[in-house]
Amino acid sequence: MSDRAFVAWQKLALGCAILAPGSTAKLKTGDWKSLAPKLDEEKCIKCAKCLTYCPEFCYSEDKKGFFRADLSYCKGCGICANECPTQAITMGKEEK
Amino acid sequence: MGKRVGIEVSLAVAEAVKLCDVDVVSAYPITPQTHIVEELSHYVANGDLDAAFIPVESEHSAMSAAVGSSATGARTYTATSSQGLALMHEILFIAPSLRLPIVMTIANRSLSGPISIWNDHSDIMAERDTGWVQIFCENGQESFDLTVCAFRIAEDKRVLLPVGVNMDGFILTHMIEPIEFMDKAEVKAFLPDYKPQLTLNPKKPVSMGPVGVPEVYMEAKKQYEQALWDSKAVVKEVLAAWGKHTGRKYQLVETNGKKKAKTVFVTMGSLGETAMTAVDNLVAAKQDVGQVRLRLWRPFPKEEMKKALKDAAKVVVIDRALSPGGVCGPLATEIKSLFYGAKDAPKIVNIVAGLGGRDVSVKDFEEMYAKAKSGKIKDDYVIWGVESNA
Amino acid sequence: MLRDVDLSGYRKITGKNVPRESMVASGHRACQGCVEVLAMGMVTRAVGNDCIICNATGCMEIITSPYPQTAWKTPWIHVAFENAGAVASGIEAALQSLTRKGKRKGPLPTVLAFAGDGATADIGLQSLSGALERGHKLIYVCLDNEAYMNTGVQRSSSTPFGASTTTSPAGKKSIGQSTRKKNLPAICAAHDIPYVATCSPAFHLDLMNKVRKAMAVDGPAYLHIYSVCPTGWGAKPEIGISLSKLAVETNVFPLYEIIGGRYNITKKVTKPKPVLDYLKVQRRFRHLTESDVAKIQQQVDDSFAYLNTMAATFPAPKEKGGAKDEE
Repeated sequence: MSDRAFVAWQKLALGCAILAPGSTAKLKTGDWKSLAPKLDEEKCIKCAKCLTYCPEFCYSEDKKGFFRADLSYCKGCGICANECPTQAITMGKEEK
Repeated sequence: MGKRVGIEVSLAVAEAVKLCDVDVVSAYPITPQTHIVEELSHYVANGDLDAAFIPVESEHSAMSAAVGSSATGARTYTATSSQGLALMHEILFIAPSLRLPIVMTIANRSLSGPISIWNDHSDIMAERDTGWVQIFCENGQESFDLTVCAFRIAEDKRVLLPVGVNMDGFILTHMIEPIEFMDKAEVKAFLPDYKPQLTLNPKKPVSMGPVGVPEVYMEAKKQYEQALWDSKAVVKEVLAAWGKHTGRKYQLVETNGKKKAKTVFVTMGSLGETAMTAVDNLVAAKQDVGQVRLRLWRPFPKEEMKKALKDAAKVVVIDRALSPGGVCGPLATEIKSLFYGAKDAPKIVNIVAGLGGRDVSVKDFEEMYAKAKSGKIKDDYVIWGVESNA
Repeated sequence: MLRDVDLSGYRKITGKNVPRESMVASGHRACQGCVEVLAMGMVTRAVGNDCIICNATGCMEIITSPYPQTAWKTPWIHVAFENAGAVASGIEAALQSLTRKGKRKGPLPTVLAFAGDGATADIGLQSLSGALERGHKLIYVCLDNEAYMNTGVQRSSSTPFGASTTTSPAGKKSIGQSTRKKNLPAICAAHDIPYVATCSPAFHLDLMNKVRKAMAVDGPAYLHIYSVCPTGWGAKPEIGISLSKLAVETNVFPLYEIIGGRYNITKKVTKPKPVLDYLKVQRRFRHLTESDVAKIQQQVDDSFAYLNTMAATFPAPKEKGGAKDEE
């Protein structure tokens, strides 16, 4: 097998189909970003607009009912910060 | 097994499809395939065939819908000719890559231009590299038989490829021939229910047709190309099973005429039967001539063809398609390749005949024999009746 | 022409029961701020996982299926560029046939086709037309980013008048796109299908409820979704949703439904903002002169006046307890 190939042809799924649904979850697009969203909990009204409008579908609700972006996917587009009705989200350098 | 019925061959093909209990027919009309799809339409309208008939708005959509249908797990059929086949060209490459066992009748008709509704093999020759299993019928009975066999070949786990059944337009489609049918129970005994391996099913979600990045494309191609080579053994098995089931035995490569003849014609399609008469006449006139008729075009049955031609000194290959600017016609090219480097390879002469429905008669074959035998055909190929040396 | 459409079965989404899970997983390769993938995800939130999706070649297909991974959590097939309508028709017919013949059991999954504006308005128009005319029960979603974005921002017949693209570039002798955007919703409505709607991802409840209505009708539905492409339009990624809102608020992209030939404007804009507000935040329009902008304003006003007249002349029956605007 060529070292330029992913896998030997005999191991491919039928018709080169991809059998694992949602497997792009392995691809951490978070390293595409320059800026990251940061939440000010005091201002947050838990309206979920950030979740609604995130093109990476990386927001989820935490135990306290706040919405958090999964920075391993977040590309830093800034839509959430732009749409947040109370400016609770700001874009800034990602904290390591 | 029933008695033989005189019937237009198109209708016999439609009957075969009906007996195979297809789930979806997705077709667009084009001369000379029309009677097949019209008949299927009638069957569905009267409840004789329980299938969805999708009256698509073009052949490109016919094959596209067939892909969608087959991917959903339905036994799917379509038919076309010439310009219609050309119009679905793009999708013809996709169906085998998705490993979809679609069956399609191609009522062979010349490709434009000039526009011609009459028979030759240019339409299917333009689809050589699609990855479909490709079979040629010579007569009406074969058209019925090989249609039923096509479903079993396509759906075999070792194959899972689309199968094209070629029948000469008008010459076969519109002729009334005596056909022996099978009944539904007999077909069901021969053709098991289709059990798809991979389908579009919410219970088991898969993604079909992803981006074939360079790290996977070649392997993806190899997978289905291997399946195409593997299909040869399956075709043989299915034809043998058909022989047991009906008494009608078919080979990948058939031979007739004088055994171990020095001069051998090679033909494909209905011209083969005309040539058979000429060969019989010539043999009766003590000529050392035989004939090989090719039934399986893709995958090309190399061993069987080599074996059939091993004693020939001169092979006269009849192509019913032109490959402009190529060394010779499509069938001749395969046969020349087959014998490349072989010890005692025969001389191979290529005659391109019968384009655009021009008749090729028994007398023509006798003249071809005479010319070929006397060494008068010196070019890589001649276009019969058009060039001064042909 | 005009027909009664039974929408009683549609399962309404309110602010309280918005489905959250997108059937498109994170990790997809869309550009930063791509509103098209967001819109597509919103549609899948409304549809859920009992569906079969067919996707035309284009941005969405490419970014969601980078072998060996797929972003799709539902069954999905990509065949070619111009045949989403035909492939979806085949899937639908197979499901109907197999169910009727007892070869598959259970309710029919939703058949969904996703295609861009190029794949719909241009190369795929024929196969869409065929699918609609034949009356298959499927939902065709055109994600309109107003050009062939995946191949490098070339114009489509859905590119708006005056927009600069790589094959209709603004120049000394060119205003950019010199023709007006093809009216796809009208073309689809002319096929006599039960449901047609325009959507903007800024109005997510409106969008998701239109998807739910499309699921409820007994026949083909066509959804035309405005999809901001920051890369191709020369807009800042963070304004994708506010631009999606502005398009509606300026009447550039009105939100309406055509139900059995009858019109309903679902987002009433009482005081439309000037079209200049919309144009000036996109580099693809930056070459336009004042007189160009005035011409565009006139076009927008005329189109909206036409829509208004249709809505007044052929009003759709009032929805009982209609979906509220989420302001």
